Amino acid sequence: MKTQAVLETIAQNDGKDCIRLSGEWTLKNLIGNPALLKSLKLTANKNGLTWDLLEVDVLDNATALLLWQTWDGKLPAELEIKPEHQHIILKWQSQVIPVIDKPVFSLGRVALHFSQTIIETFGQLSNFVIILGQLLLDTGSLIRHPGDIPWAEISITIYEAGVRALGITALVGFLIGIVLSYLSALQLRLFGAEIYIIDILGLSIIRELGPLLAAILVAGRSGSAMTAQIGIMRVTEELDALSAMGISHSLRLVLPKVVALTLAMPLLSVWTSTTALIGGMFSAQNTLDISYQQFLLKLPDTVPLLNLLIGLGKSAVFGLMIALIACHFGFRIKPNTESLGNETTNSVVAAITIVIMVDAVFAILFMNVGMP
Amino acid sequence: MSEAFAIKMDHVWTQFGDKVVHKDINLALPQGEILGLVGASGCGKTVLLREIIGLQAPSQGEIQVMGESLKTVTSNHDERLRNHCGVLFQKGALFSVLDVFENIAFPLRELGVEDEEFIKRLVYMKLENVGLSVNDAWLKPSDLSGGMTKRVALARTLILEPNLLLLDEPTSGLDPISSQDFVDLLSELHRELKFTVVLVTHDLDVLRDLCTKVAVLADQQLVAFGTLAEVMVNEHPFVKRFFHNQRARRVFEYQADQAHG
Repeated sequence: MKTQAVLETIAQNDGKDCIRLSGEWTLKNLIGNPALLKSLKLTANKNGLTWDLLEVDVLDNATALLLWQTWDGKLPAELEIKPEHQHIILKWQSQVIPVIDKPVFSLGRVALHFSQTIIETFGQLSNFVIILGQLLLDTGSLIRHPGDIPWAEISITIYEAGVRALGITALVGFLIGIVLSYLSALQLRLFGAEIYIIDILGLSIIRELGPLLAAILVAGRSGSAMTAQIGIMRVTEELDALSAMGISHSLRLVLPKVVALTLAMPLLSVWTSTTALIGGMFSAQNTLDISYQQFLLKLPDTVPLLNLLIGLGKSAVFGLMIALIACHFGFRIKPNTESLGNETTNSVVAAITIVIMVDAVFAILFMNVGMP
Repeated sequence: MSEAFAIKMDHVWTQFGDKVVHKDINLALPQGEILGLVGASGCGKTVLLREIIGLQAPSQGEIQVMGESLKTVTSNHDERLRNHCGVLFQKGALFSVLDVFENIAFPLRELGVEDEEFIKRLVYMKLENVGLSVNDAWLKPSDLSGGMTKRVALARTLILEPNLLLLDEPTSGLDPISSQDFVDLLSELHRELKFTVVLVTHDLDVLRDLCTKVAVLADQQLVAFGTLAEVMVNEHPFVKRFFHNQRARRVFEYQADQAHG
């Protein structure tokens, strides 16, 4: 077994104390023994001590520094030490500590930081416009050369972002449907207007909640995955490899994601709305005694078809925006883990915010459309 | 007895599913040696290194590091074992969120050292040891070149002055000058700190200039172990191909020519 570090205080005949160190004086041994560290620090306040380090087997640089600091930066007058250990301790005597100009707070620096943030924001916007523009050019190019359409990538993205999201969207939709139906039922019952539960659920879910819920889930689930995927490709130099082969990032990475999400989002939205309505029907039957048959028969009368079309249109735009934002932030990732984490978070936050903003624009534009 | 060996492997077998990576490996490396572990790509050198670090366990057999069996370590022991070993990963594995100073200071802070003056002086010393300037201390890992990354990683590895240093391809990706500088640096630090080194390498120059012992992995087994001169006369076909191909001959003959003036 290893020898531990030992510190002994020995009273001598001349009245002076002798501090005898022995064993392995390494930083690991010292940190693991707080009592020893405390005893060593206590010696710092005493003058006229004799130090005996002849029985020290191992002395590492860190412990040598600790002793040097204890001795207040000079060798004790009475010290017995092996020459090799003295050499280690004296290294600290000759160390020159450079003065480093660390950044300090100043108004100039704040102004610089502020201006950099503004420039960065405009940079982001211009990058986003560049991606959008490149996407339009790619679309034009693909119309002229349909053979170049990346079908495989589009198909994979539809599967990853659409098919594999069916479970979670169904669960969330179903539960939201139940909650909405239950809470509305409590209010409607007060007025004896139970039958209007179909109007409330139909309109709010098909036109608003279904598309929005699906979009938020997809932004969190697939948007983040797309950003991280492009980011990892940057870290592993796969993006550079594609460029070196003359393959357009936009055509091979951005376009399939945008097309796939634009196609998959309306379908997911219909799916989420359906499961939410099923949840709502289930709750309505249990709380208000409205049968499934009655619910389904009345639904087309209370919710005009235009609402479904608005929901589908909105979802397509949501899908487009989520994919574009995910790609935009993905390309901003620098080859380090900090940037990867930050940009993925930014991507999800930006995507959800934009989805809600687009939803608000749709609400204003189609204010008088599709109402019963 | 076991204390005299830095690493001792007894009948180590490693299997991934049906694939046998190591077949009955036995090795006893005395303390203070610099061992070069060589073998063809994919022969399990890095796996063996990971087993020594304790990142994965062998399927059968026992590994002792600094006299302590990896099989019997408890979490406390585990910590002690980690303190014995310093590991330099192939790409440096610096923490990208921390600057160079904080990367090097990280093991100290984890150990519970709080004295900032103490940390500063120790980090500056290690920076100097590995040939870096104090002005590099505030750079982020993403701003460093390959050679600098390896030096910073080495400084971080050495801050606690481990008894055993494990290096995974330390000179890969470095230009010949940086590679030679790294070998010189390691050799100098080895003279000063007297640690044991195990390094996985494909670099014949490193074997020639740095290693005091060489181990060759081939056909899932340790087919040769000894000094470079001893290993070079081994009759195993892989050893012959590895040490007597045209390139290897040029490297070793150059050394012989230099030795003869």
